[in-house]
Amino acid sequence: MTAVVGGIGTSHVPAVGAAIDNDKQHESYWRPYFDKIQPAREWMAAEQPDVCIIVYNDHASAFSLRLIPTFALGVAAEFQPADEGYGPRQVPAAQGHPELAWHLAESLIGDEFDITIVNEMDVDHGLTVPLSVMYGEPEEWPCRIIPICVNVIQYPPPSGKRCLSLGRAIRRALDSYEGSDAEGLRVAVFGTGGMSHQLQGERAGLVNPAFDIAFMDELIAEPDVSCLRPHAEYIREAGSEGIELVMWFVMRGVLDDEVEEVFRMNHVPTSNTSNGLLILQNAQ
Amino acid sequence: MTSARDYDDIPGTYVFDGRRSQQGYHLNMFCMSLNDEANRERFRADEATYLDGFDLTPQQRTAVFERDWLGLLQLGGNIYYTFKLAIFDGLSMQDVGGAMSGISGGEFAQMMIDGGRSIEDNRRVEESTGTRSSAGQTS
Repeated sequence: MTAVVGGIGTSHVPAVGAAIDNDKQHESYWRPYFDKIQPAREWMAAEQPDVCIIVYNDHASAFSLRLIPTFALGVAAEFQPADEGYGPRQVPAAQGHPELAWHLAESLIGDEFDITIVNEMDVDHGLTVPLSVMYGEPEEWPCRIIPICVNVIQYPPPSGKRCLSLGRAIRRALDSYEGSDAEGLRVAVFGTGGMSHQLQGERAGLVNPAFDIAFMDELIAEPDVSCLRPHAEYIREAGSEGIELVMWFVMRGVLDDEVEEVFRMNHVPTSNTSNGLLILQNAQ
Repeated sequence: MTSARDYDDIPGTYVFDGRRSQQGYHLNMFCMSLNDEANRERFRADEATYLDGFDLTPQQRTAVFERDWLGLLQLGGNIYYTFKLAIFDGLSMQDVGGAMSGISGGEFAQMMIDGGRSIEDNRRVEESTGTRSSAGQTS
């Protein structure tokens, strides 16, 4: 049977990826952030998940307004870094796990979660930056990666409640996996995006660190209540792009009802964003 | 198309809902095309001719030529799409954030270092002082 080793909530700020790619981690602007996340990298190195399920959003890279799946599951053997307008990030391709991903597709749809199945999909900073945050700059990512892409660009995104339910359906799928490598397979799940930030309009630059801390507390303690927060409240309190935080509920849903907080970090700013990193494990 | 939304009273915020998506579809798909290096070269060579390949309104064309970052949002642009044009120009999200809020990119970056734009007085149009206008209404 598979083991869920933990859930990671993290921002996916492109500037963090650029700081790593351009070797700026030791500059005064970046050093405090990278110093703060070091314990999370040590946790990741110790836990060594075999598979990371990464819940993220595409930013007009693989998907556009032409086709807008609310939830899309990548079942390919490999996902290349996307060209977002600067040329692709020089990071390893993500090696998929088709056997587990197809099991997820079958289980989720059987469980009435009618997810979109994707065979060809480049992955942008929404997926690659969280990997860089947790793993730094390896030659190859030391895990298989299953992307789950959530629409949060075209309003309305899915509700927090729906995301929590998706996470719980993913957990049921993991628990029923009987693939060739199922015995002892170690799985981590990432919920990415946020925290508070607004990129657009006259209100650009809005952050709300008090909201972010409360969001983490409520995600841990009472996800069935906090998942009911209306979209307008995210936009108002956490900024128009802060609504990405609904994706953290997918991560939370994969975990048990009772969890332990392993690590927490908040840092303002990274570029235009209030950056957060949270690691949760099932309570012992 | 005109029904009120519960986010319409949030100041300086252009929620990319179905109203804006209809208005800005072709504008955003033009921006999307700049993900491709060959398209970037064609646009660099002759912006007007390249734009002829997209069904933009005259106002949208002008906003593209003038790099009117706030105007692009008001004409149905989505920030992740319009930012493709900013990337093309070598601008950062902080440059664009400054342009949309009436300050320089450097001032914007310093505002972020100083803790960002405060939520206080920025929740609702009627209390808003730090942002200039309501974005809630579309044409």
